[in-house]
Amino acid sequence: MAEEHYLELSENPVQFEHASSVNNVFFDEANKQVFAVRSGGATGVVVKGPDDKSSVAFRMDDKGEVKCIKFSIGNKILAVQRTSKSVDFINFIPDYPHTEFSQECKTKNASILGFCWTNWNEVVFITDQGIEFYQVFPDKRSLKLLKSQSINVNWYQYCPETAVILLSTTVQGNILQPFAFRNGTMSKMSKFEIELPVVPKPAKLSLSERDIAMATIYGQLYVMYLKHHSRTANSPSAEVVLYHLSREGSCKKSHVLKLNTTGKFALNIVDNLVVVHHQSSQTSLIFDIKLKEPDCALNIHQPVLPARSIHPYRIPLSGPAAVPSQPPVPCQLYSSSWSVFQPDIIISASEGYLWYLQVKLPPTVNLLQDKGKLMDFLLRRRECKMVILSVCSQILEVGEKGSLPVVATVFDKLNQVYKDYLEAEQSYTQAMESGPSRGSAAQKRPVRTQAVIDQSDMYTHVLSSFTERKGVSHKFIIAVLMEYIRSLNQFQITVQHYLYELVIKTLVQHNLFYMLHQFLQYHVLSDSKPLVSSNQELILRRRVCGSVDAPHLPLSPSRARLPRRAGYVHRFSVSLLNCVLSGVFAAVSGEHVPTRTPAVPGHAEASVHGQRRDHRGSAVEAAGSGCAQIHPQRRWPRQRVCAEVPGRGAADRRPDAVLHGV
Amino acid sequence: MLMISPKMASGMQEKQYTPSLLSFFIYNPTFGPREGEEEKKILFYHPSDVEKNEKIRNVGLCEAIVQFTRTFCPTKPAKSLHTQKNRQFFFEPEENFWMVMVVRNPMIEKPNKDGKPPTVEYQEEEMLLPSCLLQCYSMYKLFNGTFSRAMQAGGVELLMQKLEKFFYRYLQTLHLQSCDLLDVFGGISFFPLDKMTYLKIQSFVNRVEESLSLIKYTAFLYNDQLIWSGLEQDDMRILYKYLTTSLFPRHSEPELAGRDSPMRPEVAGNLLHYGRFLTGPTNLKDPEAKFRFPKIFVSAEDGYEELHLIVYKVHSLVCFLIASVELTREFCEQLDSLVGPQLTLLASDICEQFTINRRISGPEKEPQFKFIYFNHMNLAEKSTIHMRKTASVCLTSVHPDLMKILGDINCDFARVDEDEEIIVKAMTDYWVVGKKSDQRELYVILNQKNANLIEVNEEVKRLCATQFNNIFFLD
Repeated sequence: MAEEHYLELSENPVQFEHASSVNNVFFDEANKQVFAVRSGGATGVVVKGPDDKSSVAFRMDDKGEVKCIKFSIGNKILAVQRTSKSVDFINFIPDYPHTEFSQECKTKNASILGFCWTNWNEVVFITDQGIEFYQVFPDKRSLKLLKSQSINVNWYQYCPETAVILLSTTVQGNILQPFAFRNGTMSKMSKFEIELPVVPKPAKLSLSERDIAMATIYGQLYVMYLKHHSRTANSPSAEVVLYHLSREGSCKKSHVLKLNTTGKFALNIVDNLVVVHHQSSQTSLIFDIKLKEPDCALNIHQPVLPARSIHPYRIPLSGPAAVPSQPPVPCQLYSSSWSVFQPDIIISASEGYLWYLQVKLPPTVNLLQDKGKLMDFLLRRRECKMVILSVCSQILEVGEKGSLPVVATVFDKLNQVYKDYLEAEQSYTQAMESGPSRGSAAQKRPVRTQAVIDQSDMYTHVLSSFTERKGVSHKFIIAVLMEYIRSLNQFQITVQHYLYELVIKTLVQHNLFYMLHQFLQYHVLSDSKPLVSSNQELILRRRVCGSVDAPHLPLSPSRARLPRRAGYVHRFSVSLLNCVLSGVFAAVSGEHVPTRTPAVPGHAEASVHGQRRDHRGSAVEAAGSGCAQIHPQRRWPRQRVCAEVPGRGAADRRPDAVLHGV
Repeated sequence: MLMISPKMASGMQEKQYTPSLLSFFIYNPTFGPREGEEEKKILFYHPSDVEKNEKIRNVGLCEAIVQFTRTFCPTKPAKSLHTQKNRQFFFEPEENFWMVMVVRNPMIEKPNKDGKPPTVEYQEEEMLLPSCLLQCYSMYKLFNGTFSRAMQAGGVELLMQKLEKFFYRYLQTLHLQSCDLLDVFGGISFFPLDKMTYLKIQSFVNRVEESLSLIKYTAFLYNDQLIWSGLEQDDMRILYKYLTTSLFPRHSEPELAGRDSPMRPEVAGNLLHYGRFLTGPTNLKDPEAKFRFPKIFVSAEDGYEELHLIVYKVHSLVCFLIASVELTREFCEQLDSLVGPQLTLLASDICEQFTINRRISGPEKEPQFKFIYFNHMNLAEKSTIHMRKTASVCLTSVHPDLMKILGDINCDFARVDEDEEIIVKAMTDYWVVGKKSDQRELYVILNQKNANLIEVNEEVKRLCATQFNNIFFLD
């Protein structure tokens, strides 16, 4: 059976001493650090971060039970909360006094719910009566209140990426007040209300901290609300409601993710996908909010893929007792001891592991039958290139009835992304050329993501092997190649010559010269790079393999002459002749010849034997009564040039150019 | 039997007669080699009411001429024999099968004043007829396969039956008097189209062929002009001839008749698209409808294959598909529902292009230059001389004498392999220029009073630069 687990835990988890009666474990979402505090810090605090650099170990005096412990950004200052009234600070900057200093919250009778670092020296206290924004002066061992705001707070959430703090206010707790912090300023954002499934009477706190999470998806900040089902309301199953939180303007309910089940859930964000873990079924669902469900003002989403559990994970035994031959122990997934943090962190405090959740793309290919949707899904993922290319190969491999429309949709989707990138790149180049003085900061060089699949990718990984595979009908091969060329043209992307070569090679191998001729006639196989008239290829083919019958060629082989009139004509002709010749050789010998045979230019040279003759006067003959027949034969050079248009470029060719090309 | 069509009666009471078919016969000398069995050689003879001995005599004469000339050139026996009154054309399409056409030369009858019988002058101008014979054979082959195929299937009797059935009708549609340069070329007029629309059509063709696996080849025409052919060139050439001169004119009349006319066939009540079959059933809903399509024979890797021709039309866009087996109602319905809507879309796309092209090329009714262009390589032809060409009438915008000059130039070109340019000044202030460059031939007719050779040459250069800017003519 094919691999179906599309979610996995990271290979190298962060390992720490598991929680116990003497060891308290804390997690800081901002720095993604795990703090293992043994006996209040007296016997040591071990900090493990995502990399070794952010890992620290130190000792501090045991001044009571630690409620919360966090480093400021860059591990400069450590903040420890031991009471509900104050927070203690310790400098970790070298050459600064290491003695602890403390700050009580300004509001009287308030108790501190928690604190967040918004910068290396800026900290926010969240109390049940409001928030206080401080600047820390480590040298002076003091804090300065920058700003504060009174508001009744039930609980809070912090999104470190955007430095936004979300406060739950009112009795029911469903009015949420966000605050944004940046460079020493605190700004109040517009508050919004979460629609509760049932309004309790009498009013009591009904929105739990556990059901709200904040995360950035596709660069936008969302508040995710896990809306449980209720028997009274008409919601048979739970759903996740996403509120889009923009810096300016109001917060809007924007997406609804249908979970189609009930129970305990947890949320993660991985690669811009919303992952919903369901504990009782031990499975997870993923949602992509950009996969549009049409005709719906408010986007209602179904899971992209069927529910699957996270890939089974085995814990390698560690410590001195571990014997290398001993098999690793399977780890219990979806355990009740798991804590889930945004965006993609899962912590098992009892086992002492911190994992990053990851999406594996290959299994999704077989789970999503609609290839168009699959492409939409894959194109938005980070590590998608090879998977997309393998999907392309797979579609072509099947080659079953009716697969061409699918191929067309897939190509169109790929080329849309490709085109967007090319346009961005072009406008960037133009902006650079026009002078960096104007708005140079605004123009950033477009990032080429993995989703940009260009022609050489397609050629190397998909098309070249596809055309060489045995047992595929040439009709299908040509149809696919033409479909790709059509798609590129549709997006006004210049087609690379090697694609033309592939078409020509396939047509030549199957003796489809009339088709080739028609393609050339309608400029399907030209434009991007001027090609010589089809005449020459066909003639040359006849020359090269006179045995192969070319019935529609009325020419004698001796007529194969190459243009010499203009240098460029000759230059580009070589490349095309090249590929035609190699196609011909392949057709004759039954094997493939690399398209760029060095011998070919010579070959082309050899066939240029334009004879120059002197221009002599025209011979005038009297013929018939009153008719003067003039035979200016000698004015016509013997050398023949029959290139249909090369040169002038596509720009000045009128749409009815074909008319004249025939 | 003489088919005489007086063309012009001048004030002098002169009568001109155009060339006309005297006889047409097919024979195989190996079928009656012994004396007394000569009649067996004759497979078909037109006119049929000729006395038996005369038939035998004419056939024998042809046989003798061919045999005699063979001694001079064994590989290329005589192709035609010119006499004062008529010309005979010989053609051996298959081994030992000979087709012969005897045509009376055009002549002028001058009445004599004193009651004597009028004097007749035969004219010995070039006639563009050899191609006609080849076309006869190709047309027969398209619908019946080769002669030897009929021989294998049912012997001489079957072959004679088939020949009789086919040529009896076909010869009636031969119009030798309107045979001109375009008939010699037997070219295909291509529809100018931009790359993107062309690729869309490609995409459509590929999809249709993929989803309806019975369909082996597809071709596309718009306004009687070819856009795409999946068939080989030679097959397409003759099929194109059949479609444009026979099938389409037959079907265009009911369309022109207007909506309310009783001549207009009941459209199948299909509101989704405007597609209909030109061959096969006229109305899919009709329970009595017959699902019979004409059989055609096209070249395949191993000889010939027998196929069924489905012609499907939406507005001016015709798509014809060629399937390999007997077709059923289900298939036709499937095809109708699949092809109809897509073709309707494509037709409007192409129509849009067509009007744009026409707008660009200018509103003038009479094209500035009158020319005929032909490319031997891809059989592409283009004429601004012919207004409309149907089987019976060929409307040209120039005088027949000029057309004759074109024919003469063409004959000159055919004799030499080299590139040539011929400039002719006709009696009526017209200049006719013929240009042959590699595989391409261009004939231009200019009407410039008092123009000299240099000016005419410049004019033609200008034409090449504007109208054929993407074709490399040599000069």
